[in-house]
Amino acid sequence: MSKASDAMGRDQMHKGMSVGAQTGKPRDAGRTFSRLLGYLRPYRLRIALVLALVVAGTAMALLGPYLVGRAIDLCAPGADLAGLWRICGLLLGVYAAYWLAEYGQSYYIVEVTQRVLRALRRDLFKRLQGLSLRYFDQKGTGELMSRLTNDLDAVNRVLSQGVVQLLASALALTGMLVVMLLLNPWLGLATVAVMPVMLYFTLRTGRKTRSGFREVQGKLGRLNAMTEETIGGVRVAQAFRRERSLMDEFDRTNVAARDTTIRAQLTMTLLRPMLYVFSNLNQVAIAGIGGALALRGMVSVGVIATFVLYARRFFDPLLTLADLYTSIQSALAGAERVFDVLDEAPDVADAPDAEELRGIRGHVAFERVGFSYVPGSPVLQDLSLEAHPGQVVALVGPTGAGKTTVVNLLSRFYDVGSGRILVDGRDLRSVRQDSLRRQLGIVLQETFLFADTVMENIRYGRLGASDDECVAAARMANADQFIERLPDGYRTALSERAGTLSQGQRQLIAIARAVLADPRILILDEATSSVDTRTEAHIQEALLKLMRGRTSFVIAHRLSTIRNADQLLVIDGGCIVERGTHDSLLAGGGLYHRLYMSQFARVAAAHGK
Amino acid sequence: MRPYRAQVLLNWLFMACLVSADLGIPRMLQRVIDEGIRAGDGRLILRSSIVMVGLILVSAASTVGATTMAVRVSQSVGADLRRSLFSRALSLSASNLDKWSTGQLITRSTSDVQQVTQFVFFTGRMFLRVPLVAVGSMTMMALTDWRLSAVMLFILPASLAIFFWYAGRAQPFFLGVQRGLDRLNTIFQENVAGARVVKAFVRASREEERFDGVNAELTERSVRVGRFLAVLMPMLTFLVNLGIVAVIGGGGYLAARGRLSAGEIVAFINYLLWMLMALSHLGSMVSFISASDASAERIFEVIDEEPAVVDADGAARLSEPEGRVTLDKASFAYDSREHEPVLRDIDLDVEPGQTVAILGTTGSGKSTLVGLIPRQYDVQGGVVAVDGHDVRGLTLESLRLAIATVPQDTVLFSGTIRDNIRFGKPDAGDDEVIAAAQAAQAHGFVSALPDGYDSVLGQRGVNLSGGQRQRLAIARALLVKPSVLILDDSTSAVDVETETALQDALAEYCAGRSTVLVAQRVSSVLGADRIIVLERGRVAASGTHRELLETCAAYREIYDTQLGGASGAEVRA
Repeated sequence: MSKASDAMGRDQMHKGMSVGAQTGKPRDAGRTFSRLLGYLRPYRLRIALVLALVVAGTAMALLGPYLVGRAIDLCAPGADLAGLWRICGLLLGVYAAYWLAEYGQSYYIVEVTQRVLRALRRDLFKRLQGLSLRYFDQKGTGELMSRLTNDLDAVNRVLSQGVVQLLASALALTGMLVVMLLLNPWLGLATVAVMPVMLYFTLRTGRKTRSGFREVQGKLGRLNAMTEETIGGVRVAQAFRRERSLMDEFDRTNVAARDTTIRAQLTMTLLRPMLYVFSNLNQVAIAGIGGALALRGMVSVGVIATFVLYARRFFDPLLTLADLYTSIQSALAGAERVFDVLDEAPDVADAPDAEELRGIRGHVAFERVGFSYVPGSPVLQDLSLEAHPGQVVALVGPTGAGKTTVVNLLSRFYDVGSGRILVDGRDLRSVRQDSLRRQLGIVLQETFLFADTVMENIRYGRLGASDDECVAAARMANADQFIERLPDGYRTALSERAGTLSQGQRQLIAIARAVLADPRILILDEATSSVDTRTEAHIQEALLKLMRGRTSFVIAHRLSTIRNADQLLVIDGGCIVERGTHDSLLAGGGLYHRLYMSQFARVAAAHGK
Repeated sequence: MRPYRAQVLLNWLFMACLVSADLGIPRMLQRVIDEGIRAGDGRLILRSSIVMVGLILVSAASTVGATTMAVRVSQSVGADLRRSLFSRALSLSASNLDKWSTGQLITRSTSDVQQVTQFVFFTGRMFLRVPLVAVGSMTMMALTDWRLSAVMLFILPASLAIFFWYAGRAQPFFLGVQRGLDRLNTIFQENVAGARVVKAFVRASREEERFDGVNAELTERSVRVGRFLAVLMPMLTFLVNLGIVAVIGGGGYLAARGRLSAGEIVAFINYLLWMLMALSHLGSMVSFISASDASAERIFEVIDEEPAVVDADGAARLSEPEGRVTLDKASFAYDSREHEPVLRDIDLDVEPGQTVAILGTTGSGKSTLVGLIPRQYDVQGGVVAVDGHDVRGLTLESLRLAIATVPQDTVLFSGTIRDNIRFGKPDAGDDEVIAAAQAAQAHGFVSALPDGYDSVLGQRGVNLSGGQRQRLAIARALLVKPSVLILDDSTSAVDVETETALQDALAEYCAGRSTVLVAQRVSSVLGADRIIVLERGRVAASGTHRELLETCAAYREIYDTQLGGASGAEVRA
């Protein structure tokens, strides 16, 4: 029993981590490709220039051997040296032009490629900003990071070389085909004969490669997710000595990724030697058939030599095309995964006719609101509340009762499942999210600081704020003292994990942010849970000042902090079970009374000892 | 690379076969033309053709072999590098890891590893082949006509000079690109991890601007690298083409005097083209070498980072720990530039089975203090000891086995609730998991979930409330039945009633275990055997609740702000 559940647990752990890494499902390559082409459209002119250069370059490349052939014809005892010099001069010009054309191609294509990648990255980032929290809940950070790194990398590789090579090879191929058929139809046909076979192999391998690379990208995404998560939780891993088992798990994923990559890459790279065999066989055929024809006097030695030279050059573009075909496959697999994110429709989106919410008074009403994060397990049921402008509403209740969810819904991080939420009488879904959040000042339960200076982290509350305003806000949040003691004061750079700041200090910075934002509606979700009570008492004053004239929602477990609220709502199991003021609820003798008293029970006990 | 010596050698062997077969084929072709056709010898044509088919098969087989080895070795090296990075990240202490953002570490394990892998792969395909082809074709040229091969005296040094000039200058460009990627990934990562804050403060457009700036910079840098390298290949091609013109000119001149045949000139040009191939491979190696050089440097920067906390030589195992914790004049500072150390001369003594609570203002050093016990950091002065042994003389493994910490910020891993609870002891049975969850007051809400203990947590365990996650973290610590339990303000998001139940359960579950408790609420510390009040890194007072109420003004103030005043009457009632 224990073994079975163990296996199941691990299985689900993997399922949990591979969310979104759907692999092996055939997709529409054509659509992905044309979308990618869409990104090239703004650079039409430059691409046209590149193409012109490619045409010129290819013409030069074809002209070169022709001139060489002409020159060799002149290489005979007692030949006209003046003619030879002329051709040599021409050849020099052709090669110089070729040089310039090649250089020009790379010069411009690099720019186009990088700008396209930039646009892709920008769109990816923009889309992520628009996506709702539900999406982030499901996808891991590392998984999403992989779209930016591994997947775009694959696109990069094909764009930077592919476009030019594709055209150059196709042109060279056609050009040589024409020349060869003109020179000698029989030998030409012998050369062309192998083409269908090669095409067949190329296409078959291509299809395999694409599904292979999609799998590779998925596995890399998972590896990324693991790395990201482990780095975030490395302290816990060390504390519980799980380094070894995490390492084992990483090894498994890593080896799986490696083997998948080896498989995919082998299919891809072995195509070239396989085609190379055909190219070589073709040479034998030319030698054999050509030899036989020559014996019958149907072809000259010179033509055979030219064919041998051309055949080599002929297969080069063909091989390049085959190579390209497979790397286009891997790029398409990457692009697909990027477009997957771009196509993700945010489940919280502005209605087309959404209006600006401006200059509000701060009236908030929940009308029979119901909500669940996961279908089937409701978090809030039929919840109604009303906050008048300037009122302080405290939300109290056991953990997991749904208090933070109320805040999440008011901030429209999620949309209600049923019922509606009104601010100043307007349904939240009818106003623009940005304009709504601009009216809110939120201090979240989990403090998130950016890898920037303390000053910039505070300024996050209001972008235009001056340094003095930031310092004033910090002073109000009682953060000034400890900031002054940091090595560089307000200019101290915080590391992402902000290892040297205590949790309480981070909360103070977050409060300073909200102070600076100067919102109409203030939301404090456990804003001071890690701050000691004496510091809290100091902030309390500031917070009271801050709350004056603003509608405020306060969640706190330390009930002393919310004693003066205008309304106390006791939430349990997703419903409001009691409402009133501190005094009326205490007198009521219900859940609030019990919660309130429980913090004194121990004191009483301790004193009774 | 070293572990793959056999495969690398095999790769070289295949490569040698490949090059000789490849160089042999034109030779056979020449025989067909020169001897077969000219002499009208049909049998020779047939025989040579058969030999050529044989050579082709050898060439194909060696290519397959060489490529297979190259793919295997390069991917294995890539996987090994990722492994080393990951394993190093696991062994580094927090102060080490603070040097890099998560985004930077991820860039290193993706893009940088990719660059090195590509280099190895490319080397696997080209190494040996380039010099072999070069030497082979040069020998052939010299054999064909030594006068014409003087051309190589110009081409070879010139192209090598160009090659090294570029190789020497490209590396910083690539380093710049990778650094740009670092920054880009960091912003990206922050915005995903901090999505809630970005949304709450309506900063999407500002973040987009910030991203755009870094994005544009990365683009510019990549364009610059691309353009820098764009000149290289056409230049090498041009050089060889110059050689061709020279050969034709010189050859033509010689031929006019009857000292050279047209066939020899053709052959010579053919070999020059082989040379061109070798040179162009060399040219494309410039970018691989420089890019992977830059990336390898960045990878090894992490791998070479020495963990700040490691086992000492001859570290002893802590066996059958009793759970006595002693701090003797312990001092600590994160940054030597800080105006005052975080902790100064801390004395603390936790007897086996005792509960000691630590109170103090925000930033007074509470979390740092408890972090010293399982050696998250090492003290700079004084001693931290468990059971009378200096922790620096014990193996980390045995020390941390004896201690379980519930950190302030709850970190849960993706996976099931069951796996999270038994994180410290993966083979724990269901009864142990449930017992720990019950003591942590988590059993109730876990059983109420549709999938119970098999419920899968999202990446950051977002489906659960803050208090619920804290209780899972407590259950995780309880399950390992530690000798020393450290609770670092781990019930801040838990309501008071649940906390009371939790404390009662803990008292029972942890009987005989030492507990160090950091807390903000006086109600949380009342049951402690001793309470320490920390004040700016120093012990300001120490004693029981009652003693402190009488002797410590600071403690009384804390008490009053929470439970005193208005509540007094109600308590009595």
